[in-house]
Order: sequence, then C-alpha cells, then structure tokens
Amino acid sequence: MEFFRIKKDIPFMRHAVVFNIISLITFLLAVFFLATKGLHFSIEFTGGTLLEVSYPQAPTLDKLRHQLEADGFTDTQVQNFGSSRDVLIRVPPAKGEQQEASSSKVGERVMASLQKVGVGDTAANGTLQDNKPELKRVEFVGPQVGKELASDGALALLSVVIGIMAYLALRFEWRFAVSAIIANLHDVIIILGFFALFQWEFSLPVLAAVLAVLGYSVNESVVVFDRVRETFKKKRGLTTPQVLDHAITSTISRTVITHGCTQMMVTSMLVFGGTALHYFALALTIGILFGIYSSVLVASPLVMWLGVSREQFIKAKVEKQEAVV
Amino acid sequence: MNRYPLWKNILVLIVVVFGLLYTIPNFFGEAPAVQVTSVKATIKVDTGLLTAVETALQAAAVKPTALTMDSNSVRVRLADTETQLKAKDIVEKALNPDPVNASYSVALNLVSNSPAWLTSIHALPMYLGLDLRGGVHFLLQVDMKGALTKRLDSISADLRSLLREKSIRHSGIERDKQGIAIRFRDADMRNQARVLLADSQPDLALANVQEGAEFKLVATLKPEAGKQIQEYAIKQNIVTLHNRINELGVAEPVIQQQGADRVVVQLPGVQDTAKAKDILGRTATLEVRMVDDEASNNPGIMAQAAIGQPPMGTEYYVERGGRPLLVKKQVVLTGERLTDAQPGFDGQTQEAAVHLTLDAAGARIFKDVTRESVGRRMAILLIEKGKGEVVTAPVIRTEIGGGRVQISGSMTTNEAADVALLLRAGSLAAPMEIIEERTIGPSLGADNIAKGFYSTLWGFTAIAAFMMAYYLMFGVVSVIALSANLLLLVALLSLLQATLTLPGIAAIALALGMAIDSNVLINERIREELRSGSTPQAAIAAGYDRAWATIVDSNVTTLIAGISLLVFGSGAVRGFAVVHCLGILTSIFSSVVISRALVNLIYGRRRKLESLSIGQIWKSSSKA
Repeated sequence: MEFFRIKKDIPFMRHAVVFNIISLITFLLAVFFLATKGLHFSIEFTGGTLLEVSYPQAPTLDKLRHQLEADGFTDTQVQNFGSSRDVLIRVPPAKGEQQEASSSKVGERVMASLQKVGVGDTAANGTLQDNKPELKRVEFVGPQVGKELASDGALALLSVVIGIMAYLALRFEWRFAVSAIIANLHDVIIILGFFALFQWEFSLPVLAAVLAVLGYSVNESVVVFDRVRETFKKKRGLTTPQVLDHAITSTISRTVITHGCTQMMVTSMLVFGGTALHYFALALTIGILFGIYSSVLVASPLVMWLGVSREQFIKAKVEKQEAVV
Repeated sequence: MNRYPLWKNILVLIVVVFGLLYTIPNFFGEAPAVQVTSVKATIKVDTGLLTAVETALQAAAVKPTALTMDSNSVRVRLADTETQLKAKDIVEKALNPDPVNASYSVALNLVSNSPAWLTSIHALPMYLGLDLRGGVHFLLQVDMKGALTKRLDSISADLRSLLREKSIRHSGIERDKQGIAIRFRDADMRNQARVLLADSQPDLALANVQEGAEFKLVATLKPEAGKQIQEYAIKQNIVTLHNRINELGVAEPVIQQQGADRVVVQLPGVQDTAKAKDILGRTATLEVRMVDDEASNNPGIMAQAAIGQPPMGTEYYVERGGRPLLVKKQVVLTGERLTDAQPGFDGQTQEAAVHLTLDAAGARIFKDVTRESVGRRMAILLIEKGKGEVVTAPVIRTEIGGGRVQISGSMTTNEAADVALLLRAGSLAAPMEIIEERTIGPSLGADNIAKGFYSTLWGFTAIAAFMMAYYLMFGVVSVIALSANLLLLVALLSLLQATLTLPGIAAIALALGMAIDSNVLINERIREELRSGSTPQAAIAAGYDRAWATIVDSNVTTLIAGISLLVFGSGAVRGFAVVHCLGILTSIFSSVVISRALVNLIYGRRRKLESLSIGQIWKSSSKA
C-alpha cells in the first residue's frame, strides 16, 4: 500500500500568502471569541464545589434547582452529564464573611438538600419511588488554590515556549525557532478559541493537553526543517521556495501517517474515554488538525520571509574544511 | 552489515525481561486482605502481634493464603471476600477484647496477588491514584499566623510571671500584632527587664522605644525562631493527623507536606467525608486530676466501682500497672497548659521518664495544687477518642514549682518516647483549614480504569492494524516495538511506584500514539532510500541513521513541554506529565533500539537480500 504517489514537488510556497491569510483569519476569530465569550474555567481554577450525583431514574432537574435555591444556594448550575440519570452540580465559591466557616461543608449541605427532593417526589408521583441520589464525586477547591493554578499554568506555557525556542535556535537557526513558535502558539490560541466559542469546560487536563500538543506539533516543524537543512546541504541550484517545497513534499506522507495514527488513539479516547477524558481528547484533536496545517504551511513560509538561505547552513561546513586543510 | 554486536542484543533482551518482570504484578490482580495496625502510639506492631493474629485464625480454622508484616502493619491475605469478612471479625475479637477501647485498627484491604518472589524484588503493581480506586483527598492549609499568635500569647503569659517573680515592676504588658510591648516607669527598670529577658527568652528580639514619658520594651519573635515555630507547627500537625487517621482504619493513608504550609491527606477507600473531617478535627489531650485516696483504699467501694457504680464525683480507672483506682472528676490541669513533652530519664533512679514543661499559668496552678496535697496521689490521664487512660498516679512528695513536671514509673524507654510523642501530638499546633477536597466513589474509580483501558486498547489495535497493513513486515516490527514501549512504560511506572491517575492513563495512550511517529519516520526513510535505488541492506542502515537525528530533535521538543508540565503542574497535570515524560524516554529506546534489533535479526544476516517487506514502493516513472 502506498498512499502518496507524488511525481513532482508540490508548489506549496506559491500559495503561501493564501495559507497565511486563512491562518490569520482563524487566529483573529479565536482571539475574538476569547475576548467576547471568555473561557469556561472548571472549578479547579475558579474555586467552588462540584458534585457528581447519579440517580436510579432520571430526575427532573428543575425540581433539584428549586430545592437548592430554597436551601440558599444561589447561582448553582445543575445539568445532566453523560446520561440523563447523572447530574452535575456546580456551586460557586461563597463570597466574603461566611466563606471560611462553611466552604468545605457545601458538599454535604447540597447532598442533604438533594435528599429532600427524592422524598418530595415520592409523594407527588409514584414513579420516582426511592429515587435516591448516589454521590459519585465531590470536589471542593478553595479560592487560593485556583489563583495558583492559573499562574502555574501561565508559567508552564512560558517555559515551554522559551525552552523550545532555545533548543531550535541552538539546533537550527533563530529563524526556524521564531517561525516554529509563532506557528504553534497560534495553534494554542485557536484551541482556546474553540473552547471559548463552544463554552467547553477548560480544566487542568485540557491545559495539559494543550501544552502537550504544543510540544508535539513543534515536532512537525522540526521534521520539515530537518529536511530543509538537508536539502540545502545536498542540492545546489535550488531557490529557497523550491527547497521548502521539496522538504514539505518529501515528508508529507510521514506527516499524514503519523498524525493519522495519533489521531486514531485520540479518537479512541474520545469514543471510549467517557466524559472524564472528553475535553482532553477534543483539545488534542483540534491541536493535531491545526498542528499539521500550521506547522507545515504556516511555519515554512514564515521561515522563507524571515530570509533563510543556503549560506546559513553551508558556512559552518566550509570553515571546518579549511581548518582541516 | 546490519548486525548488532552481541552486547547490544543482550542489552535489548535484558531490558525486555526487566520490562516483563516488573509488568507482571499488574496482571495478578488483587486479593482480599485484612490489615491490622496499631491505633495507639504506645503499642507497636511486632512479631507478637503476628503470632496473635495467626493463632486467632488457627483457632477459628480460617486458613489465610499469606501472612505478612511490615514496619507498621500486619496483613492477612485471604482466598475470597467471604473469608475476609469472617477473618476480620475473628481478628477484631481476638485483638480488641474491649471494643470501646480498641488498641488495634482492623481494616479491610486489597493486596496484590502476585507471588512473594516478585514482591521481594520490589516488583509491585502500579500505584493507583484516588480517581482510579475511589477515596477522599484533602488539601489542608496550616494557619501559620495562628501558630505564631499562639506562641506569642503563651510567651506574654510567661513574661508576666517572670517579671513578677524577679519583682521587676512594669506598668502593663500588651500584645499587639507583631509582638509584645512592656511599659515601664523608668529606664532603670527597663534595663533590668531587658537583661532578664535576653537571658531567659532567646527567641525574642528586644528593642527600646521611647513614647513620651513612658519607657517601652518591645519584644518580637526573631525571624529564625518564627521559622522554627512554623516548621514545628506543620510537623506536629502531620503527626497529629497520622494519629487521628489511624483511628479511621484506613488501609493506606497518605499524609504529606506540600510546600511550606500545606498538608495533603489522601484516604483511599473512605467514602464518609463527614466522618473523616470530624476525626481530622478532633483533639486528644492530657488531663491531670486528683486521686480519691480514701475511697480507693476501701475494698467495698472499689468492688462497687468495678461493676460500674463509682461514688459521686469520681471515675473508676485501672492504672497501667493493673491497680484500680478512683479519680476525681474535677480537672486540675489540661494539655492546653503543656508547652512541651520530652522523653528522658529520672535524675535519681535512672528510670525512663517523660519531662513535661508547663506554661506560666499551668506552672502556677501546679505549684498551688502540689503544695496543698503533699502525700496524696495525683493521676495523669491521657484522653484519646474521649476515653481516658491513667498513665501514672504518683504520690506527691513535695511542692513542685517552675512548671517542670516529670512523669515516671512503670514505663520502658520506648513507652516514654511514645507517651511524649502522644502528648505533643495530642492537639494541633496551629489551626488548619480544608482548601481542597475531592471525593471519588469506588464505582467511578472502576469506571475510570475501564474507560482508560479500553481507549488505550482500541487505539492501539487501530494503529497496529494500520501499521501492519501499510508497512507489512516493517509494520509488524513497529507494532512489536510499540508493544515493548508499552511494556517498558508500565514496568517503569510500577518500579517507581508513581501514582497512576486517569490523566496518567490518557498520557499512556497519547505516548503510544506519538511514539509511532519514530517508526513511521524510519519506515518512510527506508522506503525513500529504496526508491532512490539503494540496496535493501544499505536502505535499512541509511534509513535508521538519517531518521535518528530527526527523532531526537522531535522528541526533545516534546520532552521540553513534558518537563515544564512536570515542574509547574500540580494534581491532574503532574499525573499526566510524569507518564508523558517517561513515555517519551521509553519510546526513543523501543522505536529505535528494539525495532532495529528486530530488523537486524530478520534481515541482517541475509547476504543476498532482494527486497524488503515494507509495502509497495512506488517509483515515479519520470524522475523529477
């Protein structure tokens, strides 16, 4: 089997401007959604209490909401999650004075409140007999923890960017470092843009996925750049765009196959991983798809425009030879 | 030619065997077990306990499949859950004849079913995080300001009595936010006080302040003393938490310091958060009370008391030595007045003893009481779980002043050390607040394992099917290398006993999905070499060599991201990052070294190799 039967180098660079404009538009859209809608942070970042409750039969969410409101929980979110029998309840962090004393007890009070609903329903209609909630998971996060997580996340992103740039600059050339980072950071923004647009929950695993995918798609640029370097050294008489076209064409089958394989794994997580891994896998999927595009079709033109040329790679070699002679 | 030197083949073999060995324990599953731990600091787990458990089980004709002991617990492995419950009852009855005042905690647990020889080479199953096994996780913040305030409070009480003792007149001691201010009428008195304090309170930094006609001496805690108090506070809180959690009968609690002022508590298998919180917040303490000597010496009254009818205002206790006595209900002193407890020896008899230090107010009370009751007995009680135990009940010989008290008599050195620890650990040094709490039900844990497992399984199957169809023999080699990668990753996780969480399982899956990249790179490179007309053997060599630089480059960038996550991540992110980083390292080894070894084994020896089974090589008819 052979998927790619390419006779000539595909002239990617001829359409470089188009690729970059598409990319820029997507990027601006992502920034727009981030600015207008903002990210829907999980309670790990915002602080608060989260309960996951499962009922033998599907409960009426409105009744749960009313009961919770009656018991003094304002701004609570009650929603189905996974199936209609599983309910997710989010209670925002208490404000001001009462916070210290009662915050860690919220989970128990919510459960007590939910228990009342079960009893009330039994009397109202017989179908919900003994429809008692079973607590599957409680998470309580104090407000001080959330702030730390946010700043740690920013620090992690910063150190990834600096680390990768330093490595690429050392191993290749600063032009490669700059264009790889620009291309891949804009992926990160696009992933975040999707999370803002659809208001998907941005949790710690999603953050991990975003950073992992950043490291992974830089791979892509590295593979192409490796080939660029090699082509510059081996083949004389090619213009820079031709070298880039050749490098991209000769690695494209590997690019597609690798990403296809990784995506198979991620799709499997999306299908079998359940709700816990859902957003994690989604972030990876978007990251992988845009990663191919941007690290190949955005990073390479950037390198070209930054003025990469054959001399930058040959110089070192010439000097060495002279030294030997 | 494409042959590995012998040592390289042996290395590959050793690594694979190592991987197998440390992965195997994960397949044995877990067996029901009963775990016995001591709940009292004064009772140690030793071989005596092991034999006690063994004889109790033998008497009831319950046959355990294994009996093991480690530094703080005895574990009995059993065939099934039915005998597990039965064994728990038997052991409970045998070890704790008085259920109200239990000395041991007997808990149901699961232990690995792997054979003993595997356990002895430290081959254990992976350590599952709470999100996979269910349980409670708390993050507690120690109120360090509270610890310092408490200390300053007790120092200011000390200063008051110190100045009075030395008859240095002052016109008031005040506590403000940072320290203690003492006012004097004249500079002379202040100088006297300053000399005295500099001698007796090394923790304080002193400064003279002039305020109008008033002479003030401002005492603040030295920074190093403050730091020491904070360190002491968190250590003592951890010890206290340990003691309290032992009461819960949790099989494998985790109590760790995190950062300067936080404590993580993880209780696998515990579902009742309310009870757990209640116990974490409870206090255990010391009480000093007087013994009712007349009644205690009256056999008639004692006989009545022994069957539960003590005289009004007294309680019936049995002393450590076995002597019964009646103790008055009125409390003379409580543990709150205790500032320190250290094990040591009696100056005269060289008996093991515990030296207690009382604060100023406690010392005054103690002095008054001992003066009034020379010749009578005083009982020192340890109150744990709301139940008292008389540690000792010595006769008061003389008035005891200065706040230094010694408990001795019928104690071994170990017991003295334990009592001292218990007294110190009885109460929290500083208040704590729960700032993070997570409860995961056991069904959710099992669900998460299944989900993680099936995602990995199906993802792996899909990749394997594709690789074998696309690259034929080289695909098979790649899949074997990928399996070796999984094997090594699981083995490393088991060996390091790193906590595996759901994000960790996701990281395993992702590591496999990304690791295949190296093999794709190699295979594509070999195809390319063949396309450009190289001989099969040369193509293999060139393919591996040229792909190597790219593989290193691309893995380093991924590793940089992984390490940043490891350094800055916490909780879920860290669980992901550990596996992610390990996965990158194992993937470099397996996809390059192991797959090359296989390829060499298959093709390396054939001199006249016509073609490679790497799928169709399509050659462009018109050379570009």
